[in-house]
Amino acid sequence: MSVVPESRAWPAEGLARVPYWIYQDEDIYAREQERIYRGDAWNFLGLEAELPEKGDFKTTFAGEMPVVATRDETGTIRCFENRCAHRGALLCLADRGNAKEIACVYHNWTYDLQGNLTSVAFRRGIQGKGGMPGDADPGSQAPRKFRVEIFCGLMFATLSEATPPIERYIGPEVAARIRRVMKEPVKILGGYTQVLQSNWKLYFENVKDTYHASLLHLFFSTFRLNRLEQKGGVVVGGEGGSHASFTMMRSDQAGDEYERAGMRSASGGYALQAPQMLESVDEVGDGVTLQILTVFPGFVLQQIMNSLAVRQVLPKGVGRTELVWTCFGYASDDAKMDELRMRQSNLVGPAGYISLEDGAATGFVQRGVQGASAQASVVEMGGRTVESNESRVTETSVRGLWQQYRRHMGL
Amino acid sequence: MDAALQLAVENLMARYVHAIDDDRLEDWPGFFVEKGRYRITTAENFERGLPLSIIYADSRAMLADRVSALRHANIYEAQRYRHVVSSTLVERVDADTARATSNFQVVRIMRTGDSILFASGRYLDRIRLNGDGGTPQFEERAVVIDSRSVDTLLAIPL
Repeated sequence: MSVVPESRAWPAEGLARVPYWIYQDEDIYAREQERIYRGDAWNFLGLEAELPEKGDFKTTFAGEMPVVATRDETGTIRCFENRCAHRGALLCLADRGNAKEIACVYHNWTYDLQGNLTSVAFRRGIQGKGGMPGDADPGSQAPRKFRVEIFCGLMFATLSEATPPIERYIGPEVAARIRRVMKEPVKILGGYTQVLQSNWKLYFENVKDTYHASLLHLFFSTFRLNRLEQKGGVVVGGEGGSHASFTMMRSDQAGDEYERAGMRSASGGYALQAPQMLESVDEVGDGVTLQILTVFPGFVLQQIMNSLAVRQVLPKGVGRTELVWTCFGYASDDAKMDELRMRQSNLVGPAGYISLEDGAATGFVQRGVQGASAQASVVEMGGRTVESNESRVTETSVRGLWQQYRRHMGL
Repeated sequence: MDAALQLAVENLMARYVHAIDDDRLEDWPGFFVEKGRYRITTAENFERGLPLSIIYADSRAMLADRVSALRHANIYEAQRYRHVVSSTLVERVDADTARATSNFQVVRIMRTGDSILFASGRYLDRIRLNGDGGTPQFEERAVVIDSRSVDTLLAIPL
């Protein structure tokens, strides 16, 4: 394990400051791969519904490490490194598919759906010539296998045996808020990837930042769908890295705090010609119209009215992140509900009325701090500690992220 | 080949991309019939038969809402597009309707000067030849982008 140099000591203010080198430093990035993604964090792999049949597989990543997730012949979800034991080539070259076994294209070494090496081509040579020595151990560099847990149809994987079970890792309050959305079998509606020109942590902070939501995303504010005076709250769980923020929309509760403060997001006089896009159904029956939930280091679950999605946050270098969106409905949806979800898909994704700004905002920070690695961002809204809060004018869940992050990183 | 039909459709395509590239977004909904459908999706979703869109509208009113959101609500850094449309195949359906398939590339030019190939793909269109004012209009335009990835954000329509 590399030693953290003096210049990379965390500021004395603790969680109320985030040093800008944390988004820039190549050594920190390498340490994250080792201690978080290949260490004792749970990596989100996708929805179990993506692999409905025995033999189904998908390729994805644990941090930068390529992995394969499969449903094996017994119906169990498996996850292993997408790397051949022989020369290290990718085993699976497809995004998804169905297979009985997986063969490396390079030299045809073959694996079962659990990631076990099952055959080595020409191991004994041909007609007594060539082949491996009798004492060779071709599986000595076998692809690493992950410990997998399924929680509410969400697939998580870790290389660590020491990590607590996923539900405990998430924490009971946030886990309950996952159950609330993943309440019945889901139907996958499709997906896309948004490439962010920023460090992964800037996006993960952004999702946890309840303070920005109604200030940056003017679309909702204009329609009073997520003004901070509405009833809601934020719950922080696990070691700080899990959170759920939620809003109960009450159309009769329109205060004028924004107008008094003269904020941009209160600019009025703007109406939709086709407002039926925003007609939503209270599917859970608890009045929560908007819930954003995260689990460290890379899982996001979103309920924005009736637009449901999971987002997988994948680091692709110090200054680049991929956000893999999978939108879903419930298997029980009728044609009317399908139509409603299609209309509300306009709210999310790279062109989403209330999400497109996030793609740019994290890049603004990455570019803005280019000459400021010795400076730090100020994270003091709602205090300097990590706790659940009824107000969303807080950065408590952002501080929660750094609490868990620092523990993993030894910073 | 029906040369007059081909020219009429290609003229519609050309006017459409010039309106967007010239930042005349307010003209954009007018290229569609009142109940016109417009969506952007990925080739992956399209080929797997998955219904999800990146942008979805089933009326001119929804397109107008997209424009007013871009003008008044959404925040994004100044940027322009340059569309290149080619290889348009046109097929007449009936006296007043045609189908067309075209290739496109869109270069995105940021205020910083960065230009990238932002999107490539196909336009799959159903066109009413005798629309408002006698000019052709889209009944349906599906924009199928080749990649599943979008850089940063997609604000201006394709």
